[in-house]
Amino acid sequence: MKFRDFVCFEATITDLQANGRDDVITQLVSSLDKAGKLEEGKCREITKEVIKRENEASTGLGKGVAVPHIKHKAVKSVIASIGQSSTGIDFFALDKQPVYSVILLISPADDPDEHLQAMESIFKHLQQERFRKFLRQCRSAKQVEELLTEADEDPSL
Amino acid sequence: MQAEEDTLENEEYEAELEIKNAEGLHMRPAMQFVDIANRFDSEINVSNGETNVDGKSIMNISMLAATCGTKLRIKAKGPDARQAIDALRELVEEKHFDEPTPKK
Repeated sequence: MKFRDFVCFEATITDLQANGRDDVITQLVSSLDKAGKLEEGKCREITKEVIKRENEASTGLGKGVAVPHIKHKAVKSVIASIGQSSTGIDFFALDKQPVYSVILLISPADDPDEHLQAMESIFKHLQQERFRKFLRQCRSAKQVEELLTEADEDPSL
Repeated sequence: MQAEEDTLENEEYEAELEIKNAEGLHMRPAMQFVDIANRFDSEINVSNGETNVDGKSIMNISMLAATCGTKLRIKAKGPDARQAIDALRELVEEKHFDEPTPKK
């Protein structure tokens, strides 16, 4: 599965002005909702569930990135939105460092394999230092789209 | 003494472990795996046949996309290699990460 195939660039926020982790999650879910990617009327429920999941264990795995996610029947296929913060957000990350890039992922409720494939695609890139650095430098949805397209073509990025 | 230490350091074990929980190796099980792996001094390597990763890194383990039924080859090298393999086998195959196995 290619990274760019399941990211909704319309819902990308490259200048997050957020008051903490829950606010970031709320903005990214609502952005997907506005882009018409979620079943109508499910935005608040999804936001709550993502926060609940995040409270169980942080998806801030370190190195300035977090991947909040849930499985939910409001989507038919995997969808992600990306948020960037230049100041950093406290995501209660494993390394206790601020998070600059957030990838919110909503996967269908009944397809665990598709969820795993999306995660594989995300982490294949996120674990590369260069990719993380370039992602942090993106200032527009278009730049994020270009980076992901390039990364999909070049596995070393 | 030195010789004995060398033998211990070179201990190497491997096992093939099958993912049995229905949801596969998603983030929560991946964290359990990494937690257990980090309790040991041995180097731990995990392979799904295509990708070979560090069993102590959560990002590495998250990119294996190990679905239910996937067989992972785990290699441990170091003074507690055998204990590490035993503990990981228990987590993956016996406890299947405390998650349900597929409905028959």
